[in-house]
Amino acid sequence: MSVKVLIPTPLRPYAGKRENVELTAATVGEALDSLTAQHAELRRHLYADDGRLRSFVNVYVNDDDIRFLQKEKTPLRDGDTISIVPSIAGGAR
Amino acid sequence: MLLKINPDIAERIRAHGAEGYPHEICGALLGRGSGDEREILTIFPLANQRDDSPRNRFAISAEDVLRAEAAAREQKLDLVGWYHSHPDHPARPSAFDREHAWPWYSYVILRVAEREPREMTSWRLRDDRSGYEEEAVEIAVRAAQ
Repeated sequence: MSVKVLIPTPLRPYAGKRENVELTAATVGEALDSLTAQHAELRRHLYADDGRLRSFVNVYVNDDDIRFLQKEKTPLRDGDTISIVPSIAGGAR
Repeated sequence: MLLKINPDIAERIRAHGAEGYPHEICGALLGRGSGDEREILTIFPLANQRDDSPRNRFAISAEDVLRAEAAAREQKLDLVGWYHSHPDHPARPSAFDREHAWPWYSYVILRVAEREPREMTSWRLRDDRSGYEEEAVEIAVRAAQ
């Protein structure tokens, strides 16, 4: 399936300064694999050392959070838009 | 690296920190700039979503991030970073801050000591996530354009 991945501002420096990347993938996991294969530096910001998506990385297919779909196994259709949306967290200790 | 903050905006961040004490407060920094120099022209205060541990943690949901981005777009500004307070704790990023940080953004930290806003620092995550670079904070009236 031909899909578009929207890259959030803080990650654009690691994606050739692009706002979006078009690629072919059957699932969200495949799309993210393809994205990080093309732009390897993105990987450490999207995935924790255990290989799982970082908790503050939110992925939407069109308007739906993949946590409420089939997570990285969520199937894609032609023309879908995948958005990577940051959430922000921290604290003193 | 330099982060310029208008004095009125710096005062709003301080007031937000004092008002929220002893909880951590947070919000978005809207402004302009590219590369090493940025200017904060307004803020977008947000609710700390960490109801379970608000004295030493803060969280901003993806929905609030999208609201802050929309607010920036409406004002023809960029969302260049985030601020939060460290109540009764130094204005330095913690290990927890680093684990959760995004690159590129400026992270402003305000120390609040016994409800009194104190120093404000700003940090950017290194590309390899190994730590932060501190950026100088200059609180000054904006130059005429």
